[in-house]
Amino acid sequence: MKNYLSTILIYLVLHIPFAAQATPEIQHWVTSNGARVYFVEAPEIPILDVRFVFDAGSSRDGTKPGLAQLTSSLLREGAGEFDVNLFNDRVADTGAMFSTGALRDMSWISLRSLSDDKYLIPALALMQAALSKPRFDTAAFDRRKANTLIGIKQEKQSPSAIASKAFYTAVYGAHPYATPMSGTEGSVAALTREDVVAFYRRFYVAKNATVAIVGSVSREQAERIANQLSNDIVSGEVAPPLPGVALLQDAATQHVEFPSIQSHVVMGQPGIKRGDPDYFSLLVGNHILGGGGLVSILFDEIREKRGLSYSVNSRFIPMAELGPFTASLQTDSSQVDEAISVLRDEINKFVASGPTSKDLDAAKQNLIGGFPLRIASNSKILEYLAMIGFYRLPHDYLQTFSDHVAAVSVDGVRAAFKRRLLPDKMILVVVGRTDPEDG
Amino acid sequence: MRQIASLFVICLQLSFGSAHAAERTHEYMLNNGLKVIVQEDHRAPVAVVQVWYRVGSSSEYDGITGVSHALEHMMFKGTEKIPPGQFSEIVSARGGDENAFTSTDYTAYFQTWSADNVALSFELEADRMRNLLLAEPEFKNEIRVVLEERRLRTDDNPRALLGETARSVAYQTSPYRQPVIGWAADLQNMRIEDLREWYKRWYAPDNATVVVVGDVSPEQVLALAKKHFGPIARQSIAGPKSRPEVLQQGTKTVTVTSDKTRVPQLYMAYKVPVLNDALASDSEIKEWEIYALDVLAGTLDGGPSARLPRELVREAKLAANVSADYSSTSRLATLFSFAAAPSGANTLEDLQRAIVNQIEKLQKEPPTAAELDRIKTQVVADRIYQRDSMFYQGLIIGTLESVGLDWRLNDKYVQNIKAVTPEQVRLVAAKYLLPERLTVAKLLPGAGE
Repeated sequence: MKNYLSTILIYLVLHIPFAAQATPEIQHWVTSNGARVYFVEAPEIPILDVRFVFDAGSSRDGTKPGLAQLTSSLLREGAGEFDVNLFNDRVADTGAMFSTGALRDMSWISLRSLSDDKYLIPALALMQAALSKPRFDTAAFDRRKANTLIGIKQEKQSPSAIASKAFYTAVYGAHPYATPMSGTEGSVAALTREDVVAFYRRFYVAKNATVAIVGSVSREQAERIANQLSNDIVSGEVAPPLPGVALLQDAATQHVEFPSIQSHVVMGQPGIKRGDPDYFSLLVGNHILGGGGLVSILFDEIREKRGLSYSVNSRFIPMAELGPFTASLQTDSSQVDEAISVLRDEINKFVASGPTSKDLDAAKQNLIGGFPLRIASNSKILEYLAMIGFYRLPHDYLQTFSDHVAAVSVDGVRAAFKRRLLPDKMILVVVGRTDPEDG
Repeated sequence: MRQIASLFVICLQLSFGSAHAAERTHEYMLNNGLKVIVQEDHRAPVAVVQVWYRVGSSSEYDGITGVSHALEHMMFKGTEKIPPGQFSEIVSARGGDENAFTSTDYTAYFQTWSADNVALSFELEADRMRNLLLAEPEFKNEIRVVLEERRLRTDDNPRALLGETARSVAYQTSPYRQPVIGWAADLQNMRIEDLREWYKRWYAPDNATVVVVGDVSPEQVLALAKKHFGPIARQSIAGPKSRPEVLQQGTKTVTVTSDKTRVPQLYMAYKVPVLNDALASDSEIKEWEIYALDVLAGTLDGGPSARLPRELVREAKLAANVSADYSSTSRLATLFSFAAAPSGANTLEDLQRAIVNQIEKLQKEPPTAAELDRIKTQVVADRIYQRDSMFYQGLIIGTLESVGLDWRLNDKYVQNIKAVTPEQVRLVAAKYLLPERLTVAKLLPGAGE
């Protein structure tokens, strides 16, 4: 055993310097009407991915929770000359895949197509129409709205969805991030087609767009594609900055009664922004605490040592404003107190003492050694382009990722966690039976 | 599944294969019966190593259900060389992404990392192929984790519970009636001896396939495989005893009521054959029937242009959502299934009638040429799209090999789908989607909702 392990350590030392690989070169330009384009040429497979990301997530819902997601879902329900059936038939004729979605910060529409012109030209025409001439037909609006209401009901049968909603409400209070992304039964029932049209006109504009393109096209073709897709979009204005997130003044615990066998636990508070100077210290530190998949302090203490939960993790979710730090688990309600106490203790201990240098080295080795996996496919590169573009991160983000990780120190992690996490001001949400014995 | 993100149901519907895979794919057989399949993909300096064992919940029997999956968990819990907890630390410290998954037909383990780690993957996997500790304390803890996994995935998830109940009713004698994760009582009563016996019986080179996809040289991979796996002795494994599903003789129905449920859900499933049934030597089922079933699934639910979303969701507004599912690549005969949630004041009976109407329409009238063209175009495109994922390419090879098919079937998939005629789609709808093959399961809100 000893011999075996030392072989592995030698591998490690030798291995790290070779982990560096050619990182994709990001090309960037701005279309004439103001859309910011990020492009990586990937000639190996004859496919093309294009994603338009708008600063039009549910944080822009204002007094109408659910509006951003409903608007986004209607982009592929008919556009220009194509009614919804014709639109879907044409998409299928090209073999393309369209998807739309919205989270708190952003909404997007994505196309994956073969790069052969025979398929690509009609697929791009469909995307162009969806971006610039969505019909928002009344029938589609009514149906999507009705189905959103059913989706909200379905969320009410999921303890994890209930916990997540309660958590964001408790952490963010009056901030737009508190908005439940799918809306509430009351807010969605009140939405009108005019709300959708107004939201689209305000936020689905070129200056509010980031365009990510990856695939087997040249720079020249990519420019043509970006122009074609964005030219019919109104130039418009970038969305105003979101208000800042207030840090929590007090700890709070909320119990939501639900007839499940397990209790779902989410603990956390406001965390960090994208581009935050503490980002890499927190990334590496949280990898050790609860982010490292099958290897982390929380995984070890809660699952491996005590068998309390199948899934347990902690995360920083960096957003435009302070996104949350969350730690979550699920466990049989009879042992939820024990699980919460271990979770709390381990977070407190980590914030107080920071990582060991052994843990730090292992986490850095994982993040640096695993970097090639992060960019090993077109779809992963597309995700990075969309993120780098949307959050205006440095264009050498990928090139410098490993250097930033390598520069993280034990003291840096400890200081960053102390600065950014306030263990005595955690929100704790528990969804389940108060008294499982009564079940 | 060690972690949530892993794959519970692997659906290959209409989308397996990659262009010219044969030219990039190399197959080897070691003397001890271990098959090694290498697919070159030099886009990035990484590789995925997957080790597939031909054992899953369909190898199990009453009293030990879930043992394959529980064993999967224990495969991370130490060998004579690697103490408990070290396996994942070793992989993690070299930047690896690793996990495992269990299905009805197989248990598979994988690491994705820099291609120069293939040797270490082999060293670790060869070690845990025969040298697992299976210690009592680790098991006592891990079975609690598995029970939590069951509560999370199934017991507290009304739609998953509906699926589990429906399968246990639809199948009478087929082992597919058992849930992959196992019945709760079997997990509670499971002993370490059950796992030891299971491990000894199934974990051997002649019951495994090693699949490597990535930036590797096939010859080097073969040399490494010989070095690490070569010394392990063949175990001459006999497959599970055959207990085919008995002939169903009428529609079965079952209802699940749950106080967590807010939205009712319909699940309908017809017993249908798979490729294995058609390829059996004395089979009366023709191979084209299987591909026609694939196309039938595409006609009903191959994207938003297909019939079910168009007719039931958009036109009649009966369903909030509806899907059809068929996978031709399981070891045993399977289910052609439908799942739907009603919209507005519509009932599950309304939905059931509407789905049956769509089936009957296809039993009388073949699909149009335009519909078939769309499905075929999508199949061609999907084959190219999937080259973007090494993991998925490996998954296709491993699945086919583990259910007793040849990975080369993969290369013929587009041509087999292209050969399907509209009339063949009508014929399989008329032959298989019949009331006497049907199980209907309904999820209803419990009292007090």
